Amino acid sequence: MSHYTKRSKQELARRVAQDIFDGAYVNLGIGQPTLVANYLPEGIEVVLHSENGILGMGPAPAAGEEDYDLINAGKQPVTMLSGGAFFHHADSFAMMRGGHIDISVLGAFQVSERGDLANWSTGEAGAIPAVGGAMDLAVGARQTWVMMDLLTKQGESKVVKACTYPLTGIGCVKRIYTDLATLACTAEGLELIDKVDGLSHAELEQLIGLPVRG
Amino acid sequence: MINKIASSIAQSLSGIRDGSTVLIGGFGTAGIPNELIEGLIEQGARDLTIVNNNAGNGDTGLAGLLKSGRVRKIICSFPRQTDSHVFDELYRSGRIELELVPQGNLAERLRAAGAGIGAFFTPTGFGTELARHADGSPKETRRIDGKDFVLEYPIHGDVALIKAEAGDRWGNLTYRKAARNFGPVMAMAAQRTIASVHEVVELGRLDPESIVTPGIFVSSIVRIDRVATEAGGFKKSP
Repeated sequence: MSHYTKRSKQELARRVAQDIFDGAYVNLGIGQPTLVANYLPEGIEVVLHSENGILGMGPAPAAGEEDYDLINAGKQPVTMLSGGAFFHHADSFAMMRGGHIDISVLGAFQVSERGDLANWSTGEAGAIPAVGGAMDLAVGARQTWVMMDLLTKQGESKVVKACTYPLTGIGCVKRIYTDLATLACTAEGLELIDKVDGLSHAELEQLIGLPVRG
Repeated sequence: MINKIASSIAQSLSGIRDGSTVLIGGFGTAGIPNELIEGLIEQGARDLTIVNNNAGNGDTGLAGLLKSGRVRKIICSFPRQTDSHVFDELYRSGRIELELVPQGNLAERLRAAGAGIGAFFTPTGFGTELARHADGSPKETRRIDGKDFVLEYPIHGDVALIKAEAGDRWGNLTYRKAARNFGPVMAMAAQRTIASVHEVVELGRLDPESIVTPGIFVSSIVRIDRVATEAGGFKKSP
């Protein structure tokens, strides 16, 4: 039995941030993806987009400095960087749908080996459906990356052959960053980008239950 | 002479008919025209279709309007929130109809209405449950240049209620920060647009280079007091 340590949420955020390039326009989804902003590499300029109409979004304000007209998609107070801009919703989603946003980082319930995404609904009977910008974010950006734990609390792989939860988008996810490995979704299935030390390729494939090339 | 300045909220909202589709701006804490929504509750129009990104929080504002029982249908992207109990109860008991629309499609359907577009093909939602009509039948789709799209139709409003920052008697508007959100596209999409503003300025005072919504899209403006925010922003003077 080999021994390995999962990436913490912070380490996972740092891993995603490593792949963001200088000059990128990036949308970080609600929840875990927002952590990525804290780990962007020194010396590069990244412009963060918020779907409610902000480019050049900065960190949370100091206590007492909150302005409730300046909030992010998660409805939390944020700040603006010099060079930032405001725009209306149709323009904001045109930036996404029109392929102007370089990278969109999203959370997920499930991702299929070919990049289908399920992250808006568990399809639970009686639940009130809500989608927000999830479907636009999934299909619009030049690259959609998912950031999530590889396994559910019950130990089932969230990377699957075919999503059983309602779909958000088809074939839209390019990379999956998880606490155990980073994977690429391709038309031929999963490809390994990296994995945590001590986790063997065979163990990873066993956890996912699918072949992983590379 | 053009004078779009209404003397009161009640005056700005008079004549809104039963059965109207009312577009209401705002996202989160920013840009919600709460005073106009309260005015609409008092005005009393019923059997309304409401278009907003959400479906109300707490018991006031949009939630208060829903609670008044005057809303037949809501078109929105994200009804479920921690304190959306008014909507939740109406929905679960089948007393309100919900049309769930991805946020970008919502904005574009409004823009299309304002721009005179008959319908448009969008990639958002293709292959999902939301590419179906309320009766479960699939929406029209088309493959264009190897990419799949869904046909979506405009959302026309009878009335739009939006919140802006400053306006003049021609109805020109500026906004403040992320409070702009749905305001400009809703103003275009409605037959009649009513904007609350914190400041009414003399004609010519707004820099033409900085006007976001030109007065052609606005029917009336009404001045409201700036509400104090809990921290930062605009504090109550001591």
